Amino acid sequence: MSSTAEASALYDLPGPRARGRHRLYGFGALLGIAGLLAWLGYELVSTGQFSAAKWIPFQYVGIQELLWHGLLNTLRAFGLTVLLALPFGALFAAGRLSDHRVVRWASTLVVEFFRAMPLLVMIFFIFVAMRVQPLWALVAGLTLYNGSVLAEVFRAGVLAVPRGQREAAYALGLRKTQVMAYVLVPQANRAMLPSIVSQLVVALKDTSLGFLITYEEFLHAGKLIATNLDYDLPFIPVVMVIAPVYIGMCLLLSWLAGAIERHGRRSPRQ
Amino acid sequence: MHVLTANWSTYWQGFVGTVELTAVSAALALVLGVLIAGFRVSPVPALRAFGTVWVTILRNTPLTLLFFIVVLGLPRFGISLPFFTFAVLALGCYTSAFICEALRSGINTVPLGQGEAARSLGMTFGQTLALVVLPQAARAVVAPVGSLLIALAKNSAIAGSFSVVELLGTYRTINELGYDIVWTFVWIAVGYLVLTLAISALFNLLERKAAVAR
Repeated sequence: MSSTAEASALYDLPGPRARGRHRLYGFGALLGIAGLLAWLGYELVSTGQFSAAKWIPFQYVGIQELLWHGLLNTLRAFGLTVLLALPFGALFAAGRLSDHRVVRWASTLVVEFFRAMPLLVMIFFIFVAMRVQPLWALVAGLTLYNGSVLAEVFRAGVLAVPRGQREAAYALGLRKTQVMAYVLVPQANRAMLPSIVSQLVVALKDTSLGFLITYEEFLHAGKLIATNLDYDLPFIPVVMVIAPVYIGMCLLLSWLAGAIERHGRRSPRQ
Repeated sequence: MHVLTANWSTYWQGFVGTVELTAVSAALALVLGVLIAGFRVSPVPALRAFGTVWVTILRNTPLTLLFFIVVLGLPRFGISLPFFTFAVLALGCYTSAFICEALRSGINTVPLGQGEAARSLGMTFGQTLALVVLPQAARAVVAPVGSLLIALAKNSAIAGSFSVVELLGTYRTINELGYDIVWTFVWIAVGYLVLTLAISALFNLLERKAAVAR
């Protein structure tokens, strides 16, 4: 799970006696954790969470379809958010880097406002006050928030490109748009991709806010099953199915971010 | 303005609820975050593994799902607490994972030589941690912890959609009385802006205090 011990500011590489002591601590910690898990398991069994009756619903095709549609709806909201938030971010990052004061101020205002506002307040506002359909209220809220964060990521990325690159490009007689498109953005892209994908993990997790405005996504499907009296309220089984799927999807995206970072670290000049 | 003056007590209670929820959750998140970060930099492999599992699970689970588990799940085990406590548990545990990672990276920025120097002076592990490593790490993590607490204040809105004890939740009460919904939301937004700006001002001050003189 975690790498082997390395020296840190806190301790040297442990020697044989320290390693023995650590094994002892580790054993104690494992006993404690095992005790907690055993208590949890006992509670689960004694409240009948593993009885066949609670798991029966997952055998029904209707229930499986409900979960599947929920998952697809989650992915639909996520996909639409990605498609809309990336251009939104690029547009406002360009706005914040603009030479025109009015454009710069307006973009700054928009980006700062949507970053400061709780996402759920925006989603509720769009859903309740503007009477937009749940899917589009969710996508709009996610786009405004994640787009604003991405705008900051893009802006930081472009500013992080060494100044000489820009100066050289201007010296060659390129225009502003050309400098941006041919020199700055391609270089910034490499540095930014991991942060962009990490932000997409946040967007993916936040799609579950749709549950609160009755968008029929994955968590919504889970709640429908978990609160069904006909199946003896299978809450724990539902959580045991739903949570790993969310964690898995997020880990997959994080892994992608890590893979891109490792790929990007390889210098093209080698 | 009328929406605000006519519903001042509801609005004020909601705002105070948000502030309380944020403050208590932040305290829990900081305590848990420091503890788990201690696990993650510990020389004991079993504790490191526990820290990794804690962070991986909580960072990759949607907060809404955590609320769902805590608010609807714990009562199934006969654990019935006030909603406020449930909300603090969900928000505090969730944020602790992010604070832990910020602290861990802060601790890792402290140069190895600092610890080596402390050991050669004969300091114990506890002294090294408390007197040498943590004060240096703390400077590095003021800014990230500040933005995590702002995120926490914003995330507390999710609690409001489960119950009215919180600023966003007040919209339901005010809406039922037939007031203009757009203005209701405008004032709720102002409430959150005031809170997040206050936290960010506080941390800007801390950041200036913590800045290394060059």
